[in-house]
Amino acid sequence: MLEIKNLHVKLEEEDKQILKGVDLTVEAGKVHAIMGPNGSGKSTLSYVLSGRDGYEVTDGAATLDGEDLLDLEPEERAAAGLFLAFQYPVEIPGVGNMTFLRTAVNAQRKARGEDELSAADFLKEVRAKAKTLKIDAEMLKRPVNVGFSGGEKKRNEILQMAMLEPKMCILDETDSGLDVDAMKLVSEGVNALRDAGRSFLVITHYQRLLDHIKPDVVHIMANGRIVKSGGPELALEVEHNGYADILAEVV
Amino acid sequence: MALPELKQTATDARLSALELPKGGCLTAARQAALARVQTMGLPSRRDEYWKYTRPDTLVQAEAVPAAVFHNDEEPMFSNRDRLRIVFVDGVFDAEQSDDLTLEGVRIDRLEDICCTDIHWARDLYGVLEARGQTPVERPLAALNTAFATDGVAIHVTGTPSKPISLVYIHANEASDAILHHVIRVEPGAEATILENGPAASRFNKCMEIDIADTGKLHLVRAQGRDHERRAATHMFARLGTESVFKSFTLTVNGVLTRNEAVIELTGDDAVAHIAGACVGDGDFHHDDTVFITHDAVNCESRQVFKKVLRNGATGVFQGKILVKEGAQKTDGYQISQSLLLDDDSQFLAKPELEIYADDVACSHGSTSGAIDETALFYLRSRGVPADVATDLLTLAFLAEAVEEIEDDSLAGDIVERLEGWLSRRR
Repeated sequence: MLEIKNLHVKLEEEDKQILKGVDLTVEAGKVHAIMGPNGSGKSTLSYVLSGRDGYEVTDGAATLDGEDLLDLEPEERAAAGLFLAFQYPVEIPGVGNMTFLRTAVNAQRKARGEDELSAADFLKEVRAKAKTLKIDAEMLKRPVNVGFSGGEKKRNEILQMAMLEPKMCILDETDSGLDVDAMKLVSEGVNALRDAGRSFLVITHYQRLLDHIKPDVVHIMANGRIVKSGGPELALEVEHNGYADILAEVV
Repeated sequence: MALPELKQTATDARLSALELPKGGCLTAARQAALARVQTMGLPSRRDEYWKYTRPDTLVQAEAVPAAVFHNDEEPMFSNRDRLRIVFVDGVFDAEQSDDLTLEGVRIDRLEDICCTDIHWARDLYGVLEARGQTPVERPLAALNTAFATDGVAIHVTGTPSKPISLVYIHANEASDAILHHVIRVEPGAEATILENGPAASRFNKCMEIDIADTGKLHLVRAQGRDHERRAATHMFARLGTESVFKSFTLTVNGVLTRNEAVIELTGDDAVAHIAGACVGDGDFHHDDTVFITHDAVNCESRQVFKKVLRNGATGVFQGKILVKEGAQKTDGYQISQSLLLDDDSQFLAKPELEIYADDVACSHGSTSGAIDETALFYLRSRGVPADVATDLLTLAFLAEAVEEIEDDSLAGDIVERLEGWLSRRR
């Protein structure tokens, strides 16, 4: 599914290397988690994969089902099946949530050569999916993320994910700013989407989220590299002992 | 005091090309207006109030020819039931107009108010314009009062079942039109007036609006697509107690547009909303100049102006809220914003507040910026192509102004035109 090889990335504006050779393979149907201290490059990895401006890939490659991601525009990556759930979902005053969702869904369908969803079908689908995430009609009518609470914003991300049905989902600190109940709701939303053909890359600081979204593989990222990989027990180890031991071990 | 020589020469040149329409009960008002023009002189580029917009082509004796724009698009508002009053190059066209009778409103041509005994119109013509000359001079409006060749008097006495639609057709490349309308809304009456079209190669329009206590007027205007046309328009409104006036203007294209709105809230609890959305390319130059005077208690005014500019287009906003002594509990809001789609376009803004009462809430803001890159990336990351995402964000930027239109279906018409503009420019 997702294959990252020797990925080197620097900031475009300054001579600062952020990723220093990331190697990572996520197989279809698997959930991989990335943990790591602040500044280790986790969020940069998610932005580079989704095509945000401001980064320069100096070496390496990233492919999704064999297709070179780094050559594509952000919207092309989305159409190819990549989805990033933002750590800080963006507020867009003046654009209705429904309009946004419908535009996105139909743009992707069009890019893949599929027919656009009719207004009625779209409405039916969005209502059903919103309901399971406890997103009410009022929230759907409001401008994108404007006036949403932290929890509402994250649920809205998961709703977008559910509507767009991507192959590869990257969750960037989706647990940040969530209370226990909201985390449970969001996790249930994610788990409902788990599927043999869909993979997840869950970026988080805390093991807590991984209690709800059980990973197959856990990676530790430090200083722009994956320094250790293992099973779910690795997350527990971090939770108990912090990163110091692991980092000391790899150095 | 004598005028500066250049201004005197320019004013004389313009006046010598015009002739005062003769006869009727408006003669005195016209002569008084002419005297105002002669005293003030016509605007020149040295005038502070014309610092950002060059008045030369609006003032000079001959209008600059402007190509007539043709396309197969349905004209604005075509889809709705309305009473059409059509002017071609500034001349009333009875053939194309509807019968002017409609319950709840009386409509007369300007020339007829001179023959019949329509006191309210005679007593309003030139009066609000003259009041609007202080503290800032507006000589083009006085010129209009003196020389207007056509126009209508609209007397709203009830609630007409459909909007009154003023249609301004531009047919001749050399046309130079001066129209003057007077409107009075009686207590408890309510109407919607629509205006659309470029009107002429050069268009000087003045509208005087007197809204009595508890009267309501909605005005939605679209200034056509003829890019080479030039327009100077004035709207003078006086609002009585608990009256409401809401105005929205859409401008796409136009090498020169100066829209002035002079609003006076003279009765307590009155509400005035003046909004505009404009989108322009290249040598597009659009100027919104607004002056709102609060002279009563507990009144609300809103100014919402949004401009989308690209390829070197220029947007101007001069907006003032004057709160007079005693106009307590005033709620004044003013926002002017531009979205610059490239580095060549410019937005020049002069927001002003002048307040002589101590219990008021007035806010103003003016911003100028590019498309929000973060929002753009967010949309693209969901699969929305860059151009569609840019359009979506551009419409979102304009939304606050469009939302000032109370009637959702009219707002929908405006959005459709804006979408059209965007799609033509991909």
